[in-house]
Amino acid sequence: MEEKRHILSLLVENEFGSLSRIAGLFSARGYNIHCLNVAPTNDESISRMTLVTFCNEQKIQKLMRLLEKLVDVVNVKDLTGETHIEREMLLMKIKCNKKQRNELKRLTDIFRARIIDVSDTTYTIELTGVAEKILAFINSLGNIKIIEMVRSGTLGISRGAESLQSKG
Amino acid sequence: MKLSGSEIIIECLKKEGVEYIFGYPGGAVLHIYDALFANKKIKHILVRHEQGATHAADGYARACGKPGIVLVTSGPGITNCVTGLATAHMDSIPMIVISGQVSRAYVGSDAFQEADATGITRPVTKHNFLVDTRESIPEVFKKAFMIATTGRPGPVLIDVPKDLTDPKIKIPFEYPKKIKLRSYKPIKSDNKNKITEAAKLICDASKPMIYTGGGVILGKAHNQLKTLVKKLKFPITNTLMGLGGYPGSDENFLGMLGMHGTYEANMAMHECDVLLAIGARFDDRVTGDTTKFCPSAKIIHIDVDPSSISKIIEVDLSLVGQTSKVLNDLNKAIDLKKKNIKVNKIKKWWNQINKWRQKKCLNYKKSNKIIKPQLVIEKLYELTKGDAYITSDVGQHQMWAAQYYKFDKPNRWINSGGLGTMGFGLPAAMGVQFAHPKSSVICITGEASILMCIQELSTCLQYRLPLKIVNLNNRYMGMVRQWQEFFYEGRYAMSYMDALPDFAKLASSFGHEGITIEKPDDLEPMMKSALSKKDKLVFIDVITDQAENVYPMIQSGKGHHEMHLSPTGSDTELA
Ligand SMILES: Cc1ncc(C[n+]2csc(CCOP(=O)(O)OP(=O)(O)O)c2C)c(N)n1
Ligand SMILES: [Mg+2]
Repeated sequence: MEEKRHILSLLVENEFGSLSRIAGLFSARGYNIHCLNVAPTNDESISRMTLVTFCNEQKIQKLMRLLEKLVDVVNVKDLTGETHIEREMLLMKIKCNKKQRNELKRLTDIFRARIIDVSDTTYTIELTGVAEKILAFINSLGNIKIIEMVRSGTLGISRGAESLQSKG
Repeated sequence: MKLSGSEIIIECLKKEGVEYIFGYPGGAVLHIYDALFANKKIKHILVRHEQGATHAADGYARACGKPGIVLVTSGPGITNCVTGLATAHMDSIPMIVISGQVSRAYVGSDAFQEADATGITRPVTKHNFLVDTRESIPEVFKKAFMIATTGRPGPVLIDVPKDLTDPKIKIPFEYPKKIKLRSYKPIKSDNKNKITEAAKLICDASKPMIYTGGGVILGKAHNQLKTLVKKLKFPITNTLMGLGGYPGSDENFLGMLGMHGTYEANMAMHECDVLLAIGARFDDRVTGDTTKFCPSAKIIHIDVDPSSISKIIEVDLSLVGQTSKVLNDLNKAIDLKKKNIKVNKIKKWWNQINKWRQKKCLNYKKSNKIIKPQLVIEKLYELTKGDAYITSDVGQHQMWAAQYYKFDKPNRWINSGGLGTMGFGLPAAMGVQFAHPKSSVICITGEASILMCIQELSTCLQYRLPLKIVNLNNRYMGMVRQWQEFFYEGRYAMSYMDALPDFAKLASSFGHEGITIEKPDDLEPMMKSALSKKDKLVFIDVITDQAENVYPMIQSGKGHHEMHLSPTGSDTELA
């Protein structure tokens, strides 16, 4: 069966050990975590996680049932099956001397990225978009030296009125 | 009412109706032990090793259905519980382990006897808690009991830092009557139309088979199961964990299935056209090669745990819910379709099954020189009239017990099926005896397994537990030897049990009676006399045939129809 990219959204109790419980499930059952994002929500007792994993249809169904079974997981949804919006943020520090500045400015404009910090020798750039756009930007840098970069991992939300509820 | 954290813990346990705690004291739980000392209701059983406490609590839970309670100290106290937690977790047994933790101010500092209890036990518990405030103790206990006992049951750990149990700090106590856990949905069922569909499939079957596991016992569904089987007159088999879920001496019962299952049960699995699986999880010891599993059957699976559905074997229809409730609904739905049952076809199916039965796959070569292990179990069954609580360890003796003792009632057969934990039998039997003080409790063990928790003989004396221990002493880790004989050309690496103690003397040094039986003629009278001693523990060391193997056997990678029925070699018989 064909492996596909799945983007899972989870609402989890904001409690001691819940992240480790979820990460532990992935390693114990042999699933990879391609990227993972966790942060608080408007309800301070709940965190939202977005997680990307690659697996086939049968395995994803088993994974969803295992995640639902965890006592800390309030709700879980595979966004892949419906229309949804994905975004990822990139912060990147690159080497940039005076001569390269114009070229870099043009590049960031094309990708609608922003230069958010400058030093004598560096630029720090912020870019938001889908994963492909982030990758395309990184690839377009050519010889420009990346000093460091950090990605938020994919974030996802359903389109329209659909939402992930914490069914109190 | 103002209480200290320790007193609150004891009160919570009382509110939950706890009778026994199996435990072992240490620095981090001394405040709790002090509060326990003052209480009159709950009895504390002092084991000799924390592993023993977990297995005893587990045996108690398996025998009476109530959660088993364990109390241990931090560090080595809780790490000694890991095997017991994993054993209970694999077999879905309700258990609460309360462990002391170093005071909150020291957590994370590598303090004396500090261990990351919640971290270490996370993969072997259904859930666990590190209590962080005194005020939250009642809520945590309420949640822990609910999680341990509902849905698919399992062990829960509560780790309590010592400062929270300080006797000097008292706070108001109230035990919550109800608790809501929005993230916990123990039972999700959506069976409305599926019940009718299942009933139709079942009644249309020509070669039906019912396969049930521990879920029938845990879900207390044995009566509903009996109604179903008697109504349909279908053949039924049990897994190792499911024995006793259906009466073992009934004519519809084909015996256990799987690696050491009967010929008739495994063949019926292979040939059936509709398989009804109830509270069973398609373990690899049951299915054999999954690509050859029930090749022509439509499979219906009833289970309380949605994540069990299609985990190993893709099923055609699933009914998620408490086994007893689903079977009730199914029984009603079948009543409406009963006229569809293909009586003639079922008769033909039984003719076929009875032919398989003719093989008498559990027959073994008798001997008047050497005691055959199978005979010991047969005699035990006769002498106890099949009405004892039997615990076992892990190995050949466990398989022979499962094959030759017929369990007519649930909760009577208590063994570590999922994890296969040697050392389980004796402490588990202690827990069973506490649950049923008047009943006959027998631990069937092997000379290797019994040594793993032998220290509990001391606990048995302290509480005057009149257990009977039947040691099938073949001087080998028999099950290991059997595999080495079959798959390693008889290279018996480290499976010979050298330097064994004299078990009868060992038992007597612990203050019990010990006997050794060596001759087949002595077996019945000596066992009978030992079993008649109702007020003391007797260790019955039976010297058995060293070379005996467990048959039938399905080797790894083989299907149900590819059993060996007798020793490989001259009379190898492939079904
Ligand atoms: C704690 C533990 N360690 C190792 C094993 C592997 N193992 C399974 S059966 C067995 C031999 C058991 O020997 P014995 O108790 O004498 O029983 P027999 O097979 O001889 O009846 C071993 C070592 C196990 N199941 N549990
Ligand atoms: Mg042995």
